[in-house]
Amino acid sequence: MKIKSLKARQDSLAQTEKQLEILSGGIFKDGSLPTFKEKVKSSNLPAVRPTALEILQINIGYMCNQVCAHCHVDAGPDRKEIMTHETMEQILTVLQSNTIKTVDLTGGAPEMHPEFRWFVEEVRKTEVEEIIVRSNLTIILANKKYHDLPEFFAKHKVHVISSLPFYKRGKTDKQRGDGVFDSSIEALQMLNKVGFGIAGGSLELDLVYNPSGAFLPGDQKALELDFKKALKEDFNIEFNQLYSITNLPISRFLDYLIASENYEEYMHSLVEAFNPIAVENVMCTNTISISCEGYLFDCDFNQMLDLKVEASTTHISEYNTDVLSDRNIRLSQHCYGCTAGAGSSCQGSIA
Amino acid sequence: MKKSYYQPEDLKKFRKINEWNEALGSKFFDYYNSVFEEGSLSAREKSLIALAVSHVIQCPYCIDSYTKDGLQRGIEKEEMMEAVHVGAAIKAGAALVHGVQMMSRHDQLSM
Repeated sequence: MKIKSLKARQDSLAQTEKQLEILSGGIFKDGSLPTFKEKVKSSNLPAVRPTALEILQINIGYMCNQVCAHCHVDAGPDRKEIMTHETMEQILTVLQSNTIKTVDLTGGAPEMHPEFRWFVEEVRKTEVEEIIVRSNLTIILANKKYHDLPEFFAKHKVHVISSLPFYKRGKTDKQRGDGVFDSSIEALQMLNKVGFGIAGGSLELDLVYNPSGAFLPGDQKALELDFKKALKEDFNIEFNQLYSITNLPISRFLDYLIASENYEEYMHSLVEAFNPIAVENVMCTNTISISCEGYLFDCDFNQMLDLKVEASTTHISEYNTDVLSDRNIRLSQHCYGCTAGAGSSCQGSIA
Repeated sequence: MKKSYYQPEDLKKFRKINEWNEALGSKFFDYYNSVFEEGSLSAREKSLIALAVSHVIQCPYCIDSYTKDGLQRGIEKEEMMEAVHVGAAIKAGAALVHGVQMMSRHDQLSM
């Protein structure tokens, strides 16, 4: 079934206030479950605070060739928001005058931005060590103009991180749309062909697994072994690491949880799996997320909830490391998603 | 009081049994957790055995738990159903093998 974004459907959940209201109400209001802040406090953990900033995760637009059922960005072909050239220039200025280890480009499908290649080339000219592109894979085959992306990624030593919810067709297509699995496999083979993901090589290709339903991801290492074995045997595909990522209860995944009457049970599972060790390593401690309008957030999820950084500077044009390092991180109950079990971040498990 | 012997939310309260007997309850939960660790059998294999047994003993809480556990481990629905059939086959076999007893008794009592 072809779905539309919540925004295009004019669903009330497209409004961030509505999502935050749900996340703060019900089971968290009546005391059935502790709020995230209460849980951190009762676990005798220090408040979640920034450490040294290492990663700028930049969302360059919400347009995407896919409409995945779980998408926390509510991305899709009907989303037109993209980053302006001016904002990209402002980011480059920040990268030139600050030490940032990693630039992590995401979307939507970041490759669909008309200035994507220019921006990657410009970031490469700075001192940034690593450029990550979060590719949905199918974009490589979506149009002739994207067919040479693997060569472009190789030329600029991009670290490719790709979503593949499962190593079999059924679960992948159910979550991400019909035909996504076959296109993803073909794209992975193209990436392997230019050297990505080959053991001992320098071009990194990691895969992201996220559960196709209202349950938490299993052990990352065990899943990685299953993925590696199946993809090698069935399609002769290699990759470096598998990151297992927990679906956070926001946007389209929240919509799914509510519609399927799984919301309360899922929140119980997240709270029950709360892992204090994961709290110390949550990605908001070393990452700043930038929206396509140039606003700053603690993470991509807060960006989608429009929870801008709690600091005197909230836009890339007024970027200031000292001010940002001294901010409080904005928390709500979706944060339980990053601290459940082995923890979860855009780099996979954290505990 | 809800008019059902089983309440889905009771599963979440399982550990409350410790409130009335901490010593024995803790022993059980320690034992339980040890059983499901990786061993000569993988945790994945144990999960499928648990799913099969859950059906044989018809424990709704266990079926809830081990279906979810299987999904988390990437176990596929075809594997889950095969495991259920293994349990069912043993249960059916256990019933049917008594047929031999019935036959013996029948013959013994018959002229």
